[in-house]
Amino acid sequence: MNERRAAWTFVAPALVVIGAFFLVPVVAAFALSLTDFDLYALADLRNLRVVWLGNYIDILRTPLFWKSLGNTFYFVLAGVPLSIAVSLGAALLLDSKLARFKDFFRTALFAPVVTTVVAVAVIWRYLFHTRYGLINFALAKFGIAPIDWLGDPHWSMPAIILFAVWKNFGYNMIILLAALQGIPRDLYEAAHIDGASLVQRLRHITLPMLRPALLLVAIITVSGYFQLFAEPYVMTQGNPLQSTVSVLYFMYDEGFTWWSLGRASAIAFLLFALILAATLLLLRWGRRGEAA
Amino acid sequence: MRVARLVQRCALACCAALAAVACHRDASDVTVLRFWTIGREGEVVGELLEDFERQHPGIRVVVQQLPLTAAHEKLLTAFAGDALPDIGQLGNTWIPELATLGAIEPLQPYVDASNAVPKDDYFAGIWDTNVIGGKLYGVPWYIDTRLLFYRKDLLARAGFPEPPRDWDEWKRALAAVKAHAGTGNYAIFLPLNEFEPLLNLAVQEPDPLLRDDDTRGNFESPGFRRALDFYVEMFRRDWAPPMSNQEISNVWDEFAKGFYTFYITGPWNVGEFRRRLPPEMQDKWATAPLPGPHGPGAAIGGGSSLVMFEGSKHKREVWQLIEFLSQPAQQVRFHALCGDLPPRRSTWNDPELANDEPSKAFRDQLERVKPTPKVPEWERIAQQMRLASERAIRGGESADKVLRDLDARADAILEKRRWMLARAGTP
Repeated sequence: MNERRAAWTFVAPALVVIGAFFLVPVVAAFALSLTDFDLYALADLRNLRVVWLGNYIDILRTPLFWKSLGNTFYFVLAGVPLSIAVSLGAALLLDSKLARFKDFFRTALFAPVVTTVVAVAVIWRYLFHTRYGLINFALAKFGIAPIDWLGDPHWSMPAIILFAVWKNFGYNMIILLAALQGIPRDLYEAAHIDGASLVQRLRHITLPMLRPALLLVAIITVSGYFQLFAEPYVMTQGNPLQSTVSVLYFMYDEGFTWWSLGRASAIAFLLFALILAATLLLLRWGRRGEAA
Repeated sequence: MRVARLVQRCALACCAALAAVACHRDASDVTVLRFWTIGREGEVVGELLEDFERQHPGIRVVVQQLPLTAAHEKLLTAFAGDALPDIGQLGNTWIPELATLGAIEPLQPYVDASNAVPKDDYFAGIWDTNVIGGKLYGVPWYIDTRLLFYRKDLLARAGFPEPPRDWDEWKRALAAVKAHAGTGNYAIFLPLNEFEPLLNLAVQEPDPLLRDDDTRGNFESPGFRRALDFYVEMFRRDWAPPMSNQEISNVWDEFAKGFYTFYITGPWNVGEFRRRLPPEMQDKWATAPLPGPHGPGAAIGGGSSLVMFEGSKHKREVWQLIEFLSQPAQQVRFHALCGDLPPRRSTWNDPELANDEPSKAFRDQLERVKPTPKVPEWERIAQQMRLASERAIRGGESADKVLRDLDARADAILEKRRWMLARAGTP
């Protein structure tokens, strides 16, 4: 009994902090999502209506929500594998015995992660420029007609994905590099002696040994990419034709541009459910892999 | 200048914090007015305030500049947190919102008791933007309206020595300019990420944008339909490039290159055009009032007003400051400092303004400015209007369909307003 009290005493400070700064806001946000809190309610609380699940039903009936959900899935499904592939590729190159100036390249490849998204977006907007952009200039060398990256609804999301992958791959690269360096070298030596080719060694040693790190990277990246916001906010403002509006962007607009905090809170909970489901799915996939 | 103010503000803060006896005596006979400004105006208003403080030794004004992008949030959170200042600069499209919140003080009693702010001297359209539900909530400080900036040389080459005055003439000019412009160039630039160009065409039509006491959209009206058709036609005929500002990167550079001949924009660009266009381009551009369906048309009257916040404890002093900043002499100085257009006719008699070539078109158009619907939801509806036009242009949807959708969305946005009016029985 005494031991129990001591335990509670030790965790109490942490619980108080978590309760005050996490639990209470979450509960308050959920309560808010059951009302139509808006500008009028801010003026006078008598203008507040409790709508119960009305916001949720209403949002599920809003075409823009489904569009933003589609855009977000597009971004996650295309962006996450690409991002991890680029990170893994860069990490393998950096880990290679043949690589020179490793420190320099490690820093250089990590640099985009620490740059300010607003500042680099300005540069990328120039790179994506239809008539003067470096990307279209390079494509023209291969005889490809100029692409209206930020103005064509079909190309705007690929442009955002390219930008986001460039901006974020360095972080995962560092995690994967650390994991790569943790793989015992004698495994490779043994495989080498057995006559395994480079591809075989990658498939049967590197990837299985990286599995835990890859799972971690996948979970972080998926939950991060579901919260797509800054990239379209600074590059396209959701344009053209709302093709780069993400769920989070939709929430931001509702909440902070139009002050419909009730609806915005409801979107936040829908997004939370979505990310939770995706993470659980990934974890299950990871566990199944372990068992096999 | 700004450093001096900062020091002053720090000093004041110290006074408050320490409550030192000596400071205390000072603070009791000096009234401190907190003044929130937005954007560029805040940088230059300090110069005028020095004179104000000299004339009113008992008042000190502390200016805080808010960046435009954060101003709206800051005002609303300050309202929620009871931290609004005494006086502020407020974009006139935000006045309905803050008036609804009860955050700003009705000013009619002050105007009635004073002869420094004569209503009749103000352009009627801009004064009207400050009247919400029959009550005056702000005194216009400067005024914005968008009109045509155009390339004189390119228009003349296309066979139009004078700028167009109505839509038919404008269409002919656009077609001719496009034909002469060379491949890859256009006649007009209408940024797809801005709702203002279409809105300016729409207010030229007699039909109101909202109906039933501003509780429902009125976008399926014949007037709005004509405006939208004209707007979309400019893209369908390839007179305007389907681009947003982000894709242009540098509007002045492209204007100088002849990428487009017409550009609908506001007074802030007069200074920019003078500064950013090369010297040889300076006699090749001009401004003209916006052509309307039948002769020079109306336009939206934007700009900022001076407002008194409801919670201020120094309302008499705030009004003195509003009176001071409304003097024609101060408005002329203000114009010289930042180029903002004054809202009073008598200020425009000043030779510096009256003889300024690009300003003449503005002076002409200011007599015809109109307010946009004065409901807090308007900006959101205007964004929906922009999206609808984008769907017609980039998505190729029919005007019938986008307008039906637009009205439905406007009605949904205004649902709460209908509920409130029904409950209150009065607006």
